[in-house]
Amino acid sequence: MSASPIIRIRDLRKTYRTGDVEVHALRGVDLDIPRGEFVAIVGPSGSGKSTLFHILGGLTGPTAGTIHIDGKDLLGLTDAQRTEMRKSTVGFVFQKYNLLPTLTAEGNIEIARYISGRNGGWDSQFRQILDLLGISGRLHHKPRAMSGGEQQRVAIARALVNHPAILLADEPTGNLDTENSNAVLGILRDLNHRAGQTILMITHNPEAAAFADRVIRMRDGRIEA
Amino acid sequence: MINKLVIENLKHRPARTLLSVLAIGVEVTLVLTLVGLSHGMLDDFEKRSRGVGADVIIRPPGSSVFSMSTAPMSDKLVPFFASQPNVAQAIGVITHTLPGLFGSVTGIDLASFNTMSGGFRFLEGGPFRKDDDVIVDEYYARQGKHQVGKWIELANRKWQICGIVESGKMSRLFVQLPVLQDLSGNKGKLSQIYLRVNGRANVDPLVKQLRETPSLKDYQIYSLEEFTSLISINNVPWLTPFIRVIVGIAVIVGFIVVFLSMYTAVLERTREIGILKSLGASPALIVNLLARETTLLAILGSGAGIGFSYGTRWLIQTLVPASLQQAIVYEWWPIAAGIAVAGALVGALYPGFKAARQDAIQALAYE
Repeated sequence: MSASPIIRIRDLRKTYRTGDVEVHALRGVDLDIPRGEFVAIVGPSGSGKSTLFHILGGLTGPTAGTIHIDGKDLLGLTDAQRTEMRKSTVGFVFQKYNLLPTLTAEGNIEIARYISGRNGGWDSQFRQILDLLGISGRLHHKPRAMSGGEQQRVAIARALVNHPAILLADEPTGNLDTENSNAVLGILRDLNHRAGQTILMITHNPEAAAFADRVIRMRDGRIEA
Repeated sequence: MINKLVIENLKHRPARTLLSVLAIGVEVTLVLTLVGLSHGMLDDFEKRSRGVGADVIIRPPGSSVFSMSTAPMSDKLVPFFASQPNVAQAIGVITHTLPGLFGSVTGIDLASFNTMSGGFRFLEGGPFRKDDDVIVDEYYARQGKHQVGKWIELANRKWQICGIVESGKMSRLFVQLPVLQDLSGNKGKLSQIYLRVNGRANVDPLVKQLRETPSLKDYQIYSLEEFTSLISINNVPWLTPFIRVIVGIAVIVGFIVVFLSMYTAVLERTREIGILKSLGASPALIVNLLARETTLLAILGSGAGIGFSYGTRWLIQTLVPASLQQAIVYEWWPIAAGIAVAGALVGALYPGFKAARQDAIQALAYE
């Protein structure tokens, strides 16, 4: 592992306004994630996990504080710059898979490459990831013809096709049975161990969190000591 | 890749795609049928004008190419024109306008008309035998399911069909000249005079000479070439604005159809738009995606509309061949398609804008 953290967060705050009410989703988060670490973030609903996930993924901006991902400062980014960041710096895996239903597994992976502006065939490193995910034989199937576990593995492949600096997984096993959950978590751990992929995983499930190198607990918009 | 996504999206909702294509097809058909009718009817008028076999046409003062003026010219002008140098033959006819769109009956002297035009080709029956005989062309007969011997009512009078002729000579209904002159209260009057000239080279000098004759100053005198060149959409006063109004309506129809279709599509795909945004898709890419989908729908709709316009032509030819003629006007295919694409893209503007502005986090949470 490198000494310089790939994610460096200081006094991160996020306040939403809903009508006349201000919601303080993050109240000063400090966090360092070293490159190549597999981190699980756990906490009750409303603890700020998802907000942190969205800020790290560039889906929304912070209100205050500093946040650096792979050396880039996210605080001053415009919407367009955050869009650019999503193309290559982060890869998302969602609880509900979020595959495009009209495209095959291959199409879902290809669209991520197309959006990032990459052309040409898949590189050997990604082909190894596909082998690890065990979906090489399912690439021409559409999501409706695949099991939940297979869809989530395709979603992981899509998230990794552009070799992002970090993989953000939001409850990746939330819709899966125990067998498929263990398979997906095993894959994430393998990716982390074999390819050195930095992974941040949000989960409610302590058994899932146990697959990570480190578990961070959040409550009321802060990280618990 | 984006084109693949567009095609897959359209295939994924076949009912919506089919309805959109059909609606845009109707829009395109509306334009093509109207333009086809305009051209078809003018082409038919031109063909029938040429079918007379004349080289020069003389119309009364104050008339125009398309006016159906009833008989303000004296029939004494016929021998006058016949006596002019290089005039081989002169004949006069009278036209009586009938109720209904573009309907008229023409009074002719059959013998002289046959000499000038080369004669009718009778498909059934034969020439006039009595005063209340009428000769009809094949389209009129087909439209009314008429046969020789059948009595029909024209200009508040009963006529018996004595012959059915091949179409293409001046009119669809012919009666004897003196009978129609009497009936319309225009004894000794004519609507048009036709001249056949010895030698093509003599046509223009004759027209020039007649126009310079002081007593003919106000008469409309045309060579046939000049007359047929005036048979165009631009010379029918009401036709151009009418076409514009119909094209405008067609654009509005296309706009509304695509607006509703794309608005529904954007609502349906809220989550998918969120997914694309999470992958780094810019607002411009989302708009681009919808614009391509809209353009493809409009192109497919245009193809359907072109196909439908053959259907409307077949219907018109089958049901009302005498009243209406529809041409297939190829040069209007790209224009109609352009109108459909433009209307569709305008219709997709707001849904595209809405999709582009959609918040990725809310879109991903959409159920």
